[in-house]
Amino acid sequence: MKPDFEQFKDIPGTTIFTIEKAREGFHLNQFCMSLRKAPNREKFLADERAYLDEWDMTEDQKQAVLTRDFQKMLDNGGNVYFLAKIFATEGLSYVQAVSTMTDMNVEQYQAMMLAGGRNIEGWRSKKERGEA
Amino acid sequence: MAKITAGVATSHVPAVGAAVDMGRTQDPYWKPMFDGYEFSKTWMKSNTPDVAIVIYNDHASYFGMEIMPTFAIGVAESFEICDEGYGPRPIPVVDGAPELATHLAASLILDDFDMTVLNVLEVDHGLTVPLSLMFGTPDKWPAKIIPVAVNVVMYPQPSGERCFAIGKAIRRAVEQFDEDLDVQVWGTGGMSHQIQGARAGLINLPWDQQFMDDLINQPEVLQYKPHLEYMIEAGSEGVELIMWLIMRGALGENVDEVYRFNHVPGSNTSVGHLILTPSADTDKTEA
Repeated sequence: MKPDFEQFKDIPGTTIFTIEKAREGFHLNQFCMSLRKAPNREKFLADERAYLDEWDMTEDQKQAVLTRDFQKMLDNGGNVYFLAKIFATEGLSYVQAVSTMTDMNVEQYQAMMLAGGRNIEGWRSKKERGEA
Repeated sequence: MAKITAGVATSHVPAVGAAVDMGRTQDPYWKPMFDGYEFSKTWMKSNTPDVAIVIYNDHASYFGMEIMPTFAIGVAESFEICDEGYGPRPIPVVDGAPELATHLAASLILDDFDMTVLNVLEVDHGLTVPLSLMFGTPDKWPAKIIPVAVNVVMYPQPSGERCFAIGKAIRRAVEQFDEDLDVQVWGTGGMSHQIQGARAGLINLPWDQQFMDDLINQPEVLQYKPHLEYMIEAGSEGVELIMWLIMRGALGENVDEVYRFNHVPGSNTSVGHLILTPSADTDKTEA
């Protein structure tokens, strides 16, 4: 069966981690995996730039990590389960980190979740939203 | 002969594990969710299996990007707890069931499911949170565990048809194992959730509830639901629900619903939980 990677592009506000994106993000995600070890977490936090320079990542990927721009990390092949090692290193929860990718602050995001989460109406299709 | 006596489906939200480990299950935020599992823990005490085959996914915890198996099975004596970045959860090591696991792995491979065989595996919240929800906080887990890891992180994930079919093959393999064992199959993950991008926080409870109904009543139809629909309707991480189809495939044609629970939110997630048992008529048909 011929793979169809285009089919996901109409989902608004969503980056699907395809096998192609996984190639693009390989070194970024491997850097994230290194943070599973406590000594590496300490080393990273002590000098982030030096630690990142040990990895064969693009400058865009490194900048995204340094500025904690999670959307930019996704755009550059990162996957959230890998990126979670970055925010876990800082002791942040998924809710705290995930909210930064939305147009809400963490309090607004938590309030939305408590009220039942983001309603899907209006969030099915970029075309429907006039974004495509 | 070994026999599959029940199926469990449950979400495996990491924050739920943290709430258990930090003694926060009675906090106002968490209490309604944990209350929903009280029935299950009681039920489990009188229905503890010898072995639970736990269908879960690794969340970049043990598997990096070097190797991304579609279906993998843990055949070791025991499985250590992963450090997911916060330090490992302070819970007992997970004991395996190597004899049944090797039988299962071999049976599945001979049935054309090309399993990756794991002689070493550390397990993450995908597997350990369901253990905490169903067994509570014992000093030692009361059942042996066979971890079956499914790639649901990188597209293409296995199809729903493939998941349902491997569930059926697990049933056949268990029934062909000579030792008398009470075996459960657990499907974990889901329900609707998205933890990335501007659409993060997506919850679709009506869709989740329909998924539960269809899983129980018409899995033969549900298996054809395309990945795209999961991703649109249940969020990019909602595609984990294909793992529930494996559990359902392992229960035979008809099931009885023992218990059902939904709760929103568990962190970023629509928490869903089912306990199902194979119907008596299913057993008769296949005997």
